[in-house]
Formats: sequence, structure tokens, C-alpha cells
Amino acid sequence: MEVIATALPALGDAFGLILQPVVLGYLVLGVVMGLAVGVFPGLGGIAGLSLLLPFMFGMDPVLGLALMIGMVAVVPTSDTFASVLMGIPGSSASQATVLDGFPMAKNGEAARALSAAFASSLFGGLVGATFLTVFILVARPIVLEFRTPEMLMITIFGLSMVAILAGRVPLKGLAAAGLGMMIGTIGEGDSAGALRMSTYDMPYLIDGLKLVIVGLGIFAIPEIVGLLRQDKSISKTATLGAGWMTGVRDWFANIWLSMRCSIIGVAVGVIPGLGGSVVDWIAYGHTVQSTKDREKFGQGEVRGVIGPESSNNAKEGGGLVPTLLFGIPGSGSMAIFIGAIALLGSGDIEVGPAMLRDNLDITYSIVWLLALANVVGTLLCIAASGGIAKLTTIRFTLLAPFLFMLISFAAFQSGQNLMDLVALFAIGLIGIMLRRFDWSRPAFLIGFVLADPAETFANQAVQIATFRFKKGMAEGLEFIFSPIVIILIIITVISVVVGLRQAKNIMAEGDVKSGSKRAPMVFAGVILAYVLIAFADAWMIPASQHADKVFPMFVGGVTIVALVLLLIQMMNREETDTMFADKEVDGDDAKAPNGLWSTLAWFAGLLLITSLIGFILALAMFLVAFFRFRAGESWPRTLLLSAAGIAFMCMMAWVLNRDFPPGLLQSYVTLPWPFT
Amino acid sequence: MTDFLKVTRRAIAGLAAATALIAVPAAALDLSGETVEWTIPFSEKGGSAKWANFFAPLLSEALPGNPTVVVKFMPGAGSTKGANWFQKQSNGDGTVLFGSSGSTQFPYLLGDPRVRYEYNDWEVVMASGTGGVAYLDPDMGAKFDGSANNLKGEDFIYGSQGATRLDLVPLLAWKMLGMNVEPVFGIKGRGDGRLMFERGEANIDYQTSSGFLKGSAALVESGTAVPMMTWGALDADGNIVRDPTFPDMPTFKEVCEATDGCETSGEAWEAWKAFFVAGFPAQKMAFLPKGTDKEIVDAFAAAFAKVQARPDFAEISAKRLGKYPMYTGSGAAGAKAQAITVNDSAKAFVKTWLADDYGVSLD
Repeated sequence: MEVIATALPALGDAFGLILQPVVLGYLVLGVVMGLAVGVFPGLGGIAGLSLLLPFMFGMDPVLGLALMIGMVAVVPTSDTFASVLMGIPGSSASQATVLDGFPMAKNGEAARALSAAFASSLFGGLVGATFLTVFILVARPIVLEFRTPEMLMITIFGLSMVAILAGRVPLKGLAAAGLGMMIGTIGEGDSAGALRMSTYDMPYLIDGLKLVIVGLGIFAIPEIVGLLRQDKSISKTATLGAGWMTGVRDWFANIWLSMRCSIIGVAVGVIPGLGGSVVDWIAYGHTVQSTKDREKFGQGEVRGVIGPESSNNAKEGGGLVPTLLFGIPGSGSMAIFIGAIALLGSGDIEVGPAMLRDNLDITYSIVWLLALANVVGTLLCIAASGGIAKLTTIRFTLLAPFLFMLISFAAFQSGQNLMDLVALFAIGLIGIMLRRFDWSRPAFLIGFVLADPAETFANQAVQIATFRFKKGMAEGLEFIFSPIVIILIIITVISVVVGLRQAKNIMAEGDVKSGSKRAPMVFAGVILAYVLIAFADAWMIPASQHADKVFPMFVGGVTIVALVLLLIQMMNREETDTMFADKEVDGDDAKAPNGLWSTLAWFAGLLLITSLIGFILALAMFLVAFFRFRAGESWPRTLLLSAAGIAFMCMMAWVLNRDFPPGLLQSYVTLPWPFT
Repeated sequence: MTDFLKVTRRAIAGLAAATALIAVPAAALDLSGETVEWTIPFSEKGGSAKWANFFAPLLSEALPGNPTVVVKFMPGAGSTKGANWFQKQSNGDGTVLFGSSGSTQFPYLLGDPRVRYEYNDWEVVMASGTGGVAYLDPDMGAKFDGSANNLKGEDFIYGSQGATRLDLVPLLAWKMLGMNVEPVFGIKGRGDGRLMFERGEANIDYQTSSGFLKGSAALVESGTAVPMMTWGALDADGNIVRDPTFPDMPTFKEVCEATDGCETSGEAWEAWKAFFVAGFPAQKMAFLPKGTDKEIVDAFAAAFAKVQARPDFAEISAKRLGKYPMYTGSGAAGAKAQAITVNDSAKAFVKTWLADDYGVSLD
């Protein structure tokens, strides 16, 4: 009762603060800026917020908050454009949306997919805010119940989603996840600083690979290359088919699914340290498990869009709990958000334990500004979706060079190193092969994302548990097997059992035909070779740094066993077995007019020339050559399109204050921006 | 080729400077219309980002010609990536500024193989510092009597970012007090460390002054944390005295003196003090690249001094940054000298300890 007595007036004050024309104006301004940044894959909220930072100094707190929240809130909404229309995961929040959203666009249902996604985002955002309004008052003690073993169990639960996304051959799914985890362990270990699959002579790998690069490489590059080979539009029918009202109706028909996924989003977002990068996968897994007819997943099932999109906006709300109550940011953009709050006004708002006591009205303002920004952003996105969806009817050969341009730029921003582009290309190759041989790309990505939390939490949990056991058996057991852990174990076991039963039905890559045995076996062999090398590398880490040794050896061992079993089965099966799925045998890829390698060579060419003469000059050459010789456009159109691309890229970089990758040329001659 | 260009450029610059000296008094630095890029070798999330974002708009107002000051982030390899990049910059016209932190200084002092930079080359224009506070959970706090004598048989857990980071200072201090502190590595920031303490998994923690005031002071108030000691502050003569922000808390030096077996002289103490000075009182510094004209260096130092002289500076910096001591000009040069001067025996002592206790080898 007492809680409500303080909460209600604060809630009233909050609405009084928010619902002023000038505040709403700033909110809309933030939303529009957020949309402009958010539609570009890989940049997201961090780039936008950094842009706003210089203006935050001494700004009226509510206005500053409105501007920033407007910007942060729409990123998980606007990145849906890239996921659905291009198959590019716009941010870590919309990776699962790609699985069904992009096939819908290919089926000519882009507008329907987008509007279903936006309706779900809006609903998720509102459910999240409502839930938080109550929950934030009691959140602190509950969040503190999530200790290291609980975090580890949630990570393992996230990993269990691999079971349902494993594809038709469970061993391949397991191996794909294992490979993803092994690639996730590359670099300096968190616990003892040991180097895994890297040396001090190649500093790039010491920090490990970035999620942006792996996400783009695994999802975007294979799709772009696949489409480019066919020289058609994204939408097979070259029409838009079902309109946006259908999508909204789809969402309404699945409102309970949307509700459940929103709750999943808030709940996982609340827990600090997980960053919510698995929320969309958990929501996707739940969607699949709770759907009766699973045949269509991976090929354009609208529920596969509604689930993850409901969860990812709700997650932003949930992420406010660790951010505001503990001063621990749930994501990169939240971290900048905290920094920016300190600059606002006279600097009185202090994020952290005292936030609820001293600034409950501001806390509520933040929660509901977020909800309001979701509403504004969604309406704008729905209004724009019909027009933007037309992109899917354009001949893809004209879009592809711009997409290569955008993803190269986004990848370079993650580390500002030419090696970023090399890494993107290398991961892209893995992605292309995983797609070709029907190995689960989602499983690979989940493995990659969760490798770091799984390792860290496992090491920490073991260390703290040992410490507790020293004090007494009961204390140790109590620490490890808390009620939350036991519940999570039960959920995980159910999820794995149910998932494995259903995985056969979900064909994320469509019904890939099988043909010869040779190519699939060679690929499995190459993967085995890499994992063996990584295993040996981990084995050689000295015992004094064993904390960084155990995890890659364990994961590597499991992956090696899975791969060896797979290869043994492969030797004994007929070549028509689903195990030997290969896109080059039959289907769109096999019949495509352009070959895989010649198409990939264009992208490789862009990278190679970039390393010689820098990005902008290389891009100019690439665009002109591509439009003229690959797309066969007339010279005037070629030059027009190329100039438009370059001008756009320069403007983006200039506004966001970013640099382009320099090449060899730039180390000899000092050139003016943008050629530097 | 590059070297040749550099030499030529230097020669021309030298000639130009010489002519300027002979002809007229050098024209004052004017950066109007220019953009000063302030590179921070960390991500947007950390304390250094906050520090630079706070100073950037103020610096813009104070520099001649009011240039735009933008903060750029170049994270990687525990900040050695950005520092290595800065070492290669020769653009000494005042448009390139760099911010380093204790995490950049420690690898340099410890001879980390990734370090390809040399602090002595760089021109410091500003330095600011912080302090640190260690605290205990209530059970252990009850056993603390101003000395660590009753804490010696106990087991402690501490959430740490890594033994070669700033955590080196608290870990070595506790070791000298004879306390058995086991660090749990893999923490992403001190905030995560505090959360581990709050969850009851860790029973000892430390925060920087501002981190303590923001997060942990509330825990002390509610009785879930008991302050143990500060690292102290340096007086004008380089002696460790009580931290002016926490005058009621004893310093590590006092606690060490009161504890049996802990010495405030000798190898261990010298090593601890050297790394404390490198990591705290001169924790964050702003640099111009090597070879920058003295006139430009002076203009930047003057601009920072002007920021510091703002009537509202004490108030806004205390709120947004915490109460940090700040030095410009010769003060900053002195702070830098202290921060990068650690004698070889102290380095050797710390390296041996890191190798023995944590298996860290830096060769």
C-alpha cells in the first residue's frame, strides 16, 4: 500500500512532465533522427546517441531525455527494415526476424511482414512499459536474486534454443553451434588473459570478433550473394501482394503470442549482464514450440516475425532496470545513455541505487517516454513501409552494390581496422558454406553470442561455488541449486526435448535437395580440421592459465565428437540422405545464371582495392565497374547511380563523424577527407 | 618513403619555425573553423568517455577560435591499440588530441608486448586523478578494527577485471595486509563488481571515489557495506595523506602500519606506491602528439586552465565527474613524470608477484 501511495503521485508527475508540447516535439525529433540512423544495418543507437552527446551538456533534463529516448527506442523498430527487406540483421535485436521476415519479402509479402513486425514492436513496447511501471518498484531485490549460477543457467537456456533451430540433422546443428562457440572464444581470455587462436603479432584477433561482423557475415553476405546470382528482384513475384493491413490483422490474430513474447522480452532484459542479445532467439524458439503447424517456419511464417519483434522492443524497457536501478548498462546504447544523463541539467540525476528514492518521477518519465517513442516510431514506420517495401521489386543487381557498400562501412565502424573487412569476408565465406550445405546459421550465431557469457559465468560460478563449499556443504549446495536455478534447469530440459522433436520440421533454408556426397563431406572435414586445430591450441595453454583453457577444450571436444559421428554416418548413408543437402545440386542456386565464385569475386575485389587505395576511391571504381559491366547499365545511369552512392556514403560518414578504411596509398600520401 | 617525407616535413617545419622566431613574434594559435579530434582508446561506455565528453564542450569554448571538439573512440586491446595509433600521429597542429588512462599506463609500465608507444614522446596538457575506497561486507566489517589483524584467517572473494589492470593496486594492498583475497575474473566494469558484492557473492570490493559516492555510499548508509580504507592522496611533497574526499577514512598506509607484518617501507611498499601513483592521482591525461610546437601545447594547457578557472567549474565537475584533482601546464607535466616513473625493482617485484599468484606472464 505504502508503495502505491508513493508511486501514484510520481506517475502523475511523470505524465505532467512528458505531456507538454515541447517535450513531445523533442521526442518526435529524436524518433526521426533514430529512424534515419536505425535503418542502416550495424550502426544502431550507439552512433546516433554519440551524435547527440555534445548537445546534452546542461540541457533541460526532460527535453534531453525525450530526445535521447526517442532515438534509442526506435532502433529495434527501424532495424526491422533491413532484416525483412534485405535479410540483413539490422542489430543484434532483430537477428531472428530475418529467419521468416526475409522469406516473406521473397514471397512478395514485404509490406505484410513489415506491418506485422511494427504492430508487434508497438505492442511489445507498451506491454513492456506497463509491466515496468509496477515491476520497477519491487525489481531491486528480485534482480539481486540472480547470482552467477542463475546467469549461467539462463545462458544455457539460451543455448538450448539451438535444439529447435538445429535443422533436419541434429548433429549438424550441434556442430554449427559448437563452431560458433569456438569462433566466439578467439582472442584473449577473460579470466587469465591467455590467447586463443591468436598471437600478439596479429593484434586484431586479440579482442575477438565483433557481433556486428559475425551477424552481417553469417546472414547478410550469403543472402546478398545468393540473390545477386539470380539477377532478379528480391520478391519472386516482383509485386507486393498482401498489403499492410493484412500484417496488422495477422498480429491481432496472434495477440497472445505477442503478449507472451513481450513478457519474455522484459523479463530477460531485466537481468543485468546478458544484454538481451538472445532475447529474440528465445522468443523465436517459444513461437515455434507454441505453434501447431510448424511446416512453414523458415519459409515465411508470419508468427516467426511477430514473436521476436514483440520481444525486442519490450527488452529495451526491461533493460532500463539494470541501467537505472544499478547504474549497470544492459547494452552499449544504454551505457552512453547513462553517461549522457550525467551531463543533463545541473547533473542532479544520478543513475544508480538512489534513483528510485530520489527521482521516481524521472524514472517513470523515462519508462513512458520510451513507450511513447515506440508509438510515434511505429506509426512513422508503418506509414513508410508501403513505399520502402517497393525496394523488393527492384532488380536486385542494382541494389546489391549499395548493400555491399553499407555493410562494409558498418563492419569497419566496429573496429576501424582494415582487418574488419577481411574478417567480414572470411565470416561471409563460412556463412555462404553453412547456407549451401544446410547447416543451421542461427545455431552458429547463438553459439557465437553466448560463448563469452557461458565461459565467464561458468568460470565465476565454479570459483565462487568452491569458495562456498569450503565454508560448508550445505552453503555450497544452496548457492548452486537455488529455486531459480532448479526452475531454469526444468525449463531448459523441456525446451531441449521438445525442440529436438520439432527441429526436423523447421527448414530455415527451405527444402534443400541432396546430391553428391563429396562436397558436403569435404565441408564437414574442413570444419573438423579447424576445430581440431583450435582444440590443440587450447590444449597448449599453460596450466597456470587453466581458466581460459577449460571452456574451449570442452566445447571443442563436444564439437569434435559430433563431427566425427556425423562423418561416420555420412560414410554409411545413401547420397540422397538429407545429411548431404547441397544448394548447388538443385534449386534456385544451382539454376542461377551467375556462378558463386564470380559473384563473390566482385566483393573480394572491392576489399582488395580498398586495401590499396582506400575505401571511397575503391568504392567509386567498384560502383562504376559493377553498374556498367555486371548490371549492363548505360554510362549515364552508371555514373548517376555511382555518384549517388558515393555522395550518400560521404554524407552519412560526415554527419556521424566517422572515417573510412584507408589503404596502402594513404600511408604514403596525405589526402583530404573523404579520401583519407 | 614515409620517413623521407617526415624528414622533409620536419625540415620545413623547422625552417618555418626558425623564420617565425626571427621575423615577428609568433602569431597566436587560432583554431577557428577547425575540428579538434579527441581520441579515447576505450569504448563509448567507460569512465574515460565520460571524462572526455565532459571536457569537450568546455574545451571548445576555451580554445582560441572556438574549434569544434569531437570525441572519437578507438577501443581495443585494453587501450593499447589506440595508444599505438597515437604514437604514429605526427599531426602537431592542435587538431589531434589523445586521452589516456591508468589502463593505458599499466601495460606500458609492465612491459606488455602489445605496447608500441612511448609516453616520453607525448606532450601532456592536462592531468586529472581520482582516489579509491575499499569496503567489506558487514560480517567482515565487524572484524575490522583499523588493522587487518583479525581478517587474516578469513577468505575473501573479489570481482575483478584482471590482475594487470587498475585492480593491481587493491589486490597488492590486500596481499600486503596478509588477507586471503581470491579475485573472480571476467568482470566487465567496477559497476559489475559492485553488483557481485550486492548479490552477496563477493565480500570485499573497491570503487573509485566517484563510483563509491554514486553507488556504494548508499550501501554503507543502509548497513550492507562497511568502509575499510582509501588509497589516500598525494600531498605536494609526494607523501600519502588522507583523501580529502573521505577525511574520516584511514588510508591503506595507516592500516598497513597498524597491521602485524605489513611494512610501509621496502620492496613491496615501494612497488605498491609506484603503481598507486601511476594509476590514481594521475589517472587520466590529455596529450598532443610528439613534436607539437610548444606554442600549441601552451595554448591547450592554457585552455584547460581556463576551463578549470570557470566560476562554476568546481560545482559542475564535482557533480558530473566526481571530485578529481586536476593539473595543467607544469603541474600536468609533474603528474605525468610521476605516473610513468616506476623503478625497475618495483616493476620486477610486481611482475614476479603477478606470475606467482595469477600465472600472468607478460613476455
